Amino acid sequence: MFKFILIRLLQLIPVLVVIVTLTFAMVRSAPGGPFSSERKIPAHILEQLNEHYGLNDPLYIQYFNYMKKICPKKLNFGALMKFDLKEGLGTDLGPSTRYEGRTVNELITESFPVSFVLGFFAISLALLIGIPVGTVAALNKNSAMDYGPMSLAMFGICLPSFVLGPIFALIFGLWLNWFPVSGWRAIGGLHWADDIPYRVLPVVTLSLYYAAGIARLTRGGMLEVLNQDYIRTARAKGLSTTVVTVKHALRAGLMPVISYLGPVMAGVLSGSFIIEMIFQIPGLGRHFINAALNRDYTLVLGTVLFYAVLIIMLNLLVDIIMVLLNPKLKFSS
Amino acid sequence: MTCQRVFIAPIIILICFNLFVGCGSKQTGVERANEAGILLRGNQSEPKTLDPHVATGVPENHIITTLMEGLIAYHPTDDTAIEPGMAESFETNEAGDVYTFHIRDAKWSNGDSVTAHDFDYSYRRILTPELACEYVTMLFVVKNAKKYFESRSDDTAPVVTWEKVGIKALDEKTLQITLNAPMAYFPMMLKHYSWFPVNPRVIEAHGGISSRNGEWMKVGNHVSNGPFRLKEWSTNQVLEVEKNPLYWDADTVKLNGIRFLPVESADTEERLFRNGQLHLTYMVPLHKIDLYKNKHPEKIRLDPYLGSYFYRVNVTQEGPLSDKRVRRALALSIDRESLMKNVLKGGQTPAHFYVPPGINGYTSIEFLSFDPTEARRLLAEAGFPDGKGFPVYEILYNTRDDHKTIAESIQQMWKQTLGINIQIINQEWKVYLDAQSSLEYDISRAGWIADYVDPYTFLEMFTTGNGNNDTGWSNKRYDELIRLAPLAGDDKKRFAMLNEAEAILMDDLPILPIYIYTMPFLIDSSVKNWNPKLLDNRNMKYIWLEQSGE
Repeated sequence: MFKFILIRLLQLIPVLVVIVTLTFAMVRSAPGGPFSSERKIPAHILEQLNEHYGLNDPLYIQYFNYMKKICPKKLNFGALMKFDLKEGLGTDLGPSTRYEGRTVNELITESFPVSFVLGFFAISLALLIGIPVGTVAALNKNSAMDYGPMSLAMFGICLPSFVLGPIFALIFGLWLNWFPVSGWRAIGGLHWADDIPYRVLPVVTLSLYYAAGIARLTRGGMLEVLNQDYIRTARAKGLSTTVVTVKHALRAGLMPVISYLGPVMAGVLSGSFIIEMIFQIPGLGRHFINAALNRDYTLVLGTVLFYAVLIIMLNLLVDIIMVLLNPKLKFSS
Repeated sequence: MTCQRVFIAPIIILICFNLFVGCGSKQTGVERANEAGILLRGNQSEPKTLDPHVATGVPENHIITTLMEGLIAYHPTDDTAIEPGMAESFETNEAGDVYTFHIRDAKWSNGDSVTAHDFDYSYRRILTPELACEYVTMLFVVKNAKKYFESRSDDTAPVVTWEKVGIKALDEKTLQITLNAPMAYFPMMLKHYSWFPVNPRVIEAHGGISSRNGEWMKVGNHVSNGPFRLKEWSTNQVLEVEKNPLYWDADTVKLNGIRFLPVESADTEERLFRNGQLHLTYMVPLHKIDLYKNKHPEKIRLDPYLGSYFYRVNVTQEGPLSDKRVRRALALSIDRESLMKNVLKGGQTPAHFYVPPGINGYTSIEFLSFDPTEARRLLAEAGFPDGKGFPVYEILYNTRDDHKTIAESIQQMWKQTLGINIQIINQEWKVYLDAQSSLEYDISRAGWIADYVDPYTFLEMFTTGNGNNDTGWSNKRYDELIRLAPLAGDDKKRFAMLNEAEAILMDDLPILPIYIYTMPFLIDSSVKNWNPKLLDNRNMKYIWLEQSGE
């Protein structure tokens, strides 16, 4: 297992180099630049700005300089846990051109925890809703208990969050006045509990889409498992439905859900642009999209790199869990 | 059974939660803020910077003008009035090209005194090429300022020392500014934040005069001389300022603080307002304007705004668009009144001219009206009777719903009146800017907001080769008028010259004016003294909040 993890981590290096190189090439070939605006900047000022951000050098030099700066130079787990890449790895993602005087490292350190909290609770809620619903549907195949929740789940998958978000804000925020319509924390609030109402609507909105997907995958996985011989054996032994389901079937039935969770977690944890825009949440997803629109080269590269590492690490984690759960699978590179 | 539980459980949780939340106060954010004397303001986007010498945008302007104060401040009602700021008084020499300012006894928020030397340092800072201040040209009206800047950015230019520049701190409290030529509207220019001072001790402690590292403007480092000081700044979340007790006129400041919320989505902002979390919005979604006008007219304001919406025409292409008669035909076949009444509905004024109304002493002549007959005649004269043989041109706009609606309407009007087919094409903002400045378009949507209350800020951009011209249009007489107008001495002569320039522009029509902007926003009834201002420039010390029941 150790060898497996090590090989996967080593594979990370060429993958990241390719990703950064491609992103660099794409973002630099897009028309316009970080300083293009409706009111033109005088030529000599533009020159100085480019100089300040090192954009006057030939592209290949800028590329190598960037690569040099992002290379990990040290390892400090304590700082990494705080998402501080500068202290943790010695990785310098450069200054942002959109957020004057702030570095990409600072922006990620500031915004990722927000996306993380939002994503963590959304995924947890999605699992809490999706798995039971999917299981119940599978156990009651082709009955009202199956068709009802599954149609609802299909509806949930089809309904985008930019529709669901404003509807929730309208019903629970404006009509019922249960929760604030947007924001991430009670500004000027004294207690952490003051922040909770702000987080309910975005978490629920974000989770429902994934809950729907998880329910459908759980149902599919469970149906396949429930027809297997070992389940029949378990039933024949006289075990109760609950024990058969929870102890024997669920473990294998959740495989599709777990492999689905890898990329989903990376996506959700690094922020959902639409949810962040609707609910005014200061997360990483906004940087991810807006950086490209603002041609904030370093922020585009920084967020892409961060997202790539996250997605690879989470996929690795998923693979490990899959092997641990399924004795038929083995670690192999 | 299990299934029902699955569905009922979240509902029960929600209800319990509501009871829990309900135990707290049911006051809205605005009501709580009214008690605390804090204004909650939607401010569109996260400020790029708080440095007055680096900033360029409107959201930044809203914040910087609460933190910093220049020699002259904004007047609560009158855009052309001179409200004393850091300068207690000032006088000019007879020729009108030397201004002497007497700095009042004021303090920075860290206790330092505000001196004439601080202004001297600040202006030297803007004129430092490494700082790359985008508004540096504002200071080029000062004697030798341009030469000083060039001598430092260009090795081949003759050396000009700071002593030669027309900015002198005569003593601690006296600042003298010598201009290139007499300029009656110079005090008006001083209201712009590029003329604001920064504290030299603070700048030197955080990177020095040419540094753009932004360290000095972080919470804890920031030092201000205006009515408020920086309290909290969380990216994409909130920027809060609180009353500055050391401000020279602190007794007049009524608010205890202001929270600026960077809400990029107009719909989210409107929901925040309805939810009682904002006193003021930055914008109103187009589709909500009618609704508010009909149902809550007391909550919506459509204030005049000094901005012009127009179409640029690329006159460098060979073909009909380089023919002035064709451009005139296009301009005369836009039914602006109908566009405002039926499509935009935001109280905008149809633009029969280019420079927006409202500038004291300057009135544009009505150049363009809806005249289909004349438009058809001109097009026929240019060789395209009933639009026959007219090439298919494109209207370019940056991707946004309102630009699209306007382009579609105009496409339809030209089809109906002139019988010509036009296509419309949208591009992402930066791609659109690139296409516009490299003249890779036929007709392109554009807008211009004044930097200061003067027609010059609108007309100067269409001189030959100006970076903001973007039409390829050039006219010698026009260039000459724009060059000579600032030297005219008195406003009457100056405005006459600018009027002539505008007439030339409206005769040649490298641009097709469409409408004059309004400033639509939502406002809570507790906000007092929020008067219409042409550029939405406010002196926040005069704003106050009324608690309900008062």
